[in-house]
Amino acid sequence: MNKIVTGLVFGALLGLLDGATAWFTPEARSMIAGILMGSSIKGLVVGLLSGWFARKVNSLQWGIAFGATIGLFFAFLVALQPQPSGNHYYLEIMLPGFVTGAIIGFLTQRASGPSKQTV
Amino acid sequence: MIDLNDSILDHLRHVLDEPELSGTRYELEAEIGRGGLGVVYAAHDRELRRRVAIKVLDSTLPPVHLEEEARIIASLEHPAIVPVYDAGALPDGRAYYAMKLVSGQRLDRYLNPRLSLTERLRVIQRAGEALAFAHTRGIVHRDLKPQNIMVGSFGEVYVMDWGVEGVAGTPQFRAPEQAGREPDPRSDGYALGALLQFLLPEDAPRALRAVAAKAMSPAPEARYPDIPSFLLDLQRFQDGLAVEAFPESFWQRTGRYARRNQVLLLLLAAFVAVKFFLFFLRRL
Repeated sequence: MNKIVTGLVFGALLGLLDGATAWFTPEARSMIAGILMGSSIKGLVVGLLSGWFARKVNSLQWGIAFGATIGLFFAFLVALQPQPSGNHYYLEIMLPGFVTGAIIGFLTQRASGPSKQTV
Repeated sequence: MIDLNDSILDHLRHVLDEPELSGTRYELEAEIGRGGLGVVYAAHDRELRRRVAIKVLDSTLPPVHLEEEARIIASLEHPAIVPVYDAGALPDGRAYYAMKLVSGQRLDRYLNPRLSLTERLRVIQRAGEALAFAHTRGIVHRDLKPQNIMVGSFGEVYVMDWGVEGVAGTPQFRAPEQAGREPDPRSDGYALGALLQFLLPEDAPRALRAVAAKAMSPAPEARYPDIPSFLLDLQRFQDGLAVEAFPESFWQRTGRYARRNQVLLLLLAAFVAVKFFLFFLRRL
């Protein structure tokens, strides 16, 4: 699996897993389908960008940092949308998004395939 | 009347033993060591204007031994085998050959407590590659030991003193079967295992000790079938994989997997911790 495909596959899987844990929040259960869809798409985007970054730069630390940063950013964009209750769930969305992004960044760095620059 | 003590006699012997190089292109500089078949000197090559090492046969041995050693080494072109430049006979009839002068230390002197495990294994890898190459040419070293390995100033490794027929080997590094018959490549494998054992620190991992022990099995058929198999097991250890010589329990395998994937396991643990944190935070 090359770096881009790794990012897409694990981004989608981890995004799905991240979204699925919303089931443990009772008020979110009615929106679980939308949460799963949104979380998977977010994971796909983070995975794609992390895979692209991993092709440019061969560095585990920078890969994790990049994945965590864009994971945090896209989670922030999602958290900006108010929920039906009118609340924003910044911590609940951004913190897992940050860690998920870091994992995707790590996995794309470890995937096979060329990198243009080793740091 | 001068009293001749042992040190004066030794000095006189060394002076008398010094080769006469007047009929050659070399200028003698200094003695640098004594090998199995003779004495090694540093010399200056007048024609190519470079320093070389010259090995001069011990006068008690027939010249055919040194000529054979020179031919063996000359036939092996490998980065870890010192190249031979020239061979011939001195005016006094002693055989000699000229080779690359290696600036460095013998392995037994290079070894020190601060030397990292990675570096120790690197030396074994380089020496093993030279042996493996020689075996493909049908040549067995017969006398591998720390004194026959040089580590150069830039970390380059050379295997020296390639043996000829009749060399018995050094007891600590000699395979048991060498006592009764001519050594074969598996005897070199035994010696390489003994060399690994010699280099391993006291707190070396059990897997590495198992690799050395397998290479040094008393029965040749229980050892690694060849040097590349031995080196592959070493490489597997360095890559964090299971080695053939060390059967692992479930917990040992799990521990090795965890060590090899520390970062990933930490990140996954962080993910779980965050989820638990948020779950309990919601309940407060």
